[in-house]
Amino acid sequence: MAIKTLTIDGDQYSAQEGETILTVMRQHNIPIPTLCHLEGLSTVGACRLCVVQVEGIPKLLPACTTRVEEGMVIHTATDKLKKYRRMIIALLASEGNHVCAVCVANNHCELQELAYQVGLVRVRYPYLFPKKSLDATHKEYVMDRNRCVLCTRCVRVCDEVEGAHVWDVAGRGINCEIVTGLDDAWGKTETCTSCGKCVMVCPTGALFEKGVTVAEMEKQKGFLKYIITARQKKEWVSFTDGQ
Amino acid sequence: MPELITIAPVTRIEGHAKITIHLNAKGEVEDARFHVNEFRGFEKFCEGRLVWEMPGLTSRICGICPASHLVTSAKAGDDILAIGIPETAEKLRRMLTLAQWIQSHALSFFHLSSPDFLLGFEADPALRNIFGLLQHNKEFTRKGIRLRKFGQQIIEFLGGRRIHTPWAVAGGVREPFTKEERDKLLEWYPEVRETALLAVETIKKIHDTFKKEIPAFGNFHSLFVGLVGPKGELEYYGGNLRIMDSTGNIIADNIDPRKYYEHFGEASESWSYLKFPYYKPLGYPKGIYRVGPLARLNICNRIETPLAEQERKLFKKLAPTTESVNNSFYYHYARLIELLFAVEKVEELLHDPIILGTHVRSKAEINRLEGVGAAEAPRGTLFHHYWVDENGVLKKVNMLIATAQNNMAMNRTVRQIATHFLDGRKITEPMLNRIEAGIRCFDPCLSCSTHAAGQMPLHVQMVDADGYILDEVRR
Ligand code: SF4
Ligand code: SF4
Ligand code: FES
Repeated sequence: MAIKTLTIDGDQYSAQEGETILTVMRQHNIPIPTLCHLEGLSTVGACRLCVVQVEGIPKLLPACTTRVEEGMVIHTATDKLKKYRRMIIALLASEGNHVCAVCVANNHCELQELAYQVGLVRVRYPYLFPKKSLDATHKEYVMDRNRCVLCTRCVRVCDEVEGAHVWDVAGRGINCEIVTGLDDAWGKTETCTSCGKCVMVCPTGALFEKGVTVAEMEKQKGFLKYIITARQKKEWVSFTDGQ
Repeated sequence: MPELITIAPVTRIEGHAKITIHLNAKGEVEDARFHVNEFRGFEKFCEGRLVWEMPGLTSRICGICPASHLVTSAKAGDDILAIGIPETAEKLRRMLTLAQWIQSHALSFFHLSSPDFLLGFEADPALRNIFGLLQHNKEFTRKGIRLRKFGQQIIEFLGGRRIHTPWAVAGGVREPFTKEERDKLLEWYPEVRETALLAVETIKKIHDTFKKEIPAFGNFHSLFVGLVGPKGELEYYGGNLRIMDSTGNIIADNIDPRKYYEHFGEASESWSYLKFPYYKPLGYPKGIYRVGPLARLNICNRIETPLAEQERKLFKKLAPTTESVNNSFYYHYARLIELLFAVEKVEELLHDPIILGTHVRSKAEINRLEGVGAAEAPRGTLFHHYWVDENGVLKKVNMLIATAQNNMAMNRTVRQIATHFLDGRKITEPMLNRIEAGIRCFDPCLSCSTHAAGQMPLHVQMVDADGYILDEVRR
């Protein structure tokens, strides 16, 4: 496989052909926020948090979906990019109903974590306070669409890893929502195996275990790496931390 | 045509108290209204949420007695899950409830009411606050602050945070209590007990100083409502409802608090956001009742702890045997007796090895579609009533809070004080001060009345029979 050389934030790196910019950055511990991307799932480039600037290309490109090219000169942390990332998080926050203080995911939430990371201190956009539904019909889990950021991790893990394909994206624009089955109640779907994978990969308090209260929902994401490495390499890594 | 005197809010956010005093054509006080402009829309806001979230939500919304809301909400949750909670969890929840009493009662007396009592109603308003008191009697004030801290410390140990702690949950509590924390509190105890006794002694001296004023401080007949324990003892967490009339007769007893709505109705008035609960058999407004310390001390047969029981006997002597203690001024005394009880009872709980148990939470699914939780908050009986679907999603929420239950009584008190201190067609400073102190008897949980640093923000208007404003005071 061909080796490509590229420049990231002034330093030279080499990468395998076909690798994404994000892969290279992660290999070399170059920090960049991501939300929809999750190692082990397919890549969709939905959240746009990982956007980078590539010299010679007028638009911003998501690092998670863009493949490396020979001679690419990439900037990952310019003021403009930082500003856009803050805007993205602010838009996500104002589009749903995020009241962290009473949320099951408080202190264990990726959205919250990202807000700190990008230095979001104030949301300047008007909050939309949409009326979203909460589905508690499943015996073990709850879906609160008020906190969903539409990253589609649940959709992908359920389809790609569990093979059940319970989740889908319905509607457009502001009405876009994650639904179960053909927009049935979760508890009514016959395909759900109650494996809990969607709950664990969900970055926010949108999916959680029934009965948990404020700040009690900690997600164990190690399982994904465990399953993937077991399947692909026939190796068994630790379930809890993926080591 | 009646005339009107109004005490109104400058801003709602700051929670100013608005009071209107209606004069009749002869210039006498005909009515007084304590307007509440705070509206939290809280019950609607909770609909569609999960029952498990409610303790966290309710304790967040009300910052004045969060621990009481937390416990009451968790109890309503227990009812919906239809489970008994572990013994350790119940004792810890009891301790939390008492901690809220200590914190709140100490605040009411030392921070909010003492300045009036110890510096006098006629003292310079700029100094008639906790800071003025600090100059006047440093040691006394400092002790009061420490006592309040003791309550806060328990809440912090149990909940991990001082206020808004989501520690109690349906089925029990989240974290057990530790030996280190217990030992720290026991070490602190002697000082706390001494301060509670000091507070009780102080209020008794105040009774002598204000002998002339007390009879006009909300002295009227009403029912008294609260929870009592299985033997009729002073209760704060469990027990059943007892209703007593102004002559000391128990008119209803052993009422399951889960059936509160069969006995109490809620009336509304266009001029206040706060509802007017009343005792159904007597109707509105005849079914006026009072809750909180004065009610609890009236209705109970005894108090379990020795020092507080001794005081209860003295309290009973404030009224002839054919009457309940009907004077609202004695809310203060009753509150401090409860403070003493809470402190003694906490010590008793701290010595109970069960509180160090580690099994603190039972789990269950939704087993009932309706649940009620009731407990005695510092200001009176608090009810949370939830209706859920089979998945635990709230369909309807009703909360009956103590301050609302005292609403009619507060109006009655203001009217009595206004009548007594009315001086022509002007709003006088003595009248204003007494009205403020009258409201304070009830220690209402409205932001206007809990400004620790200074006076209650008031706006008074005096309006004549044709609606013409005669006088207006804001402060
Ligand atoms: S999901 Fe995350 S950001 Fe949203 S309310 Fe919960 S903790 Fe806050
Ligand atoms: S439910 Fe969670 S995982 Fe699924 S799209 Fe929404 S935020 Fe992402
Ligand atoms: S992480 Fe790249 S677009 Fe979401």
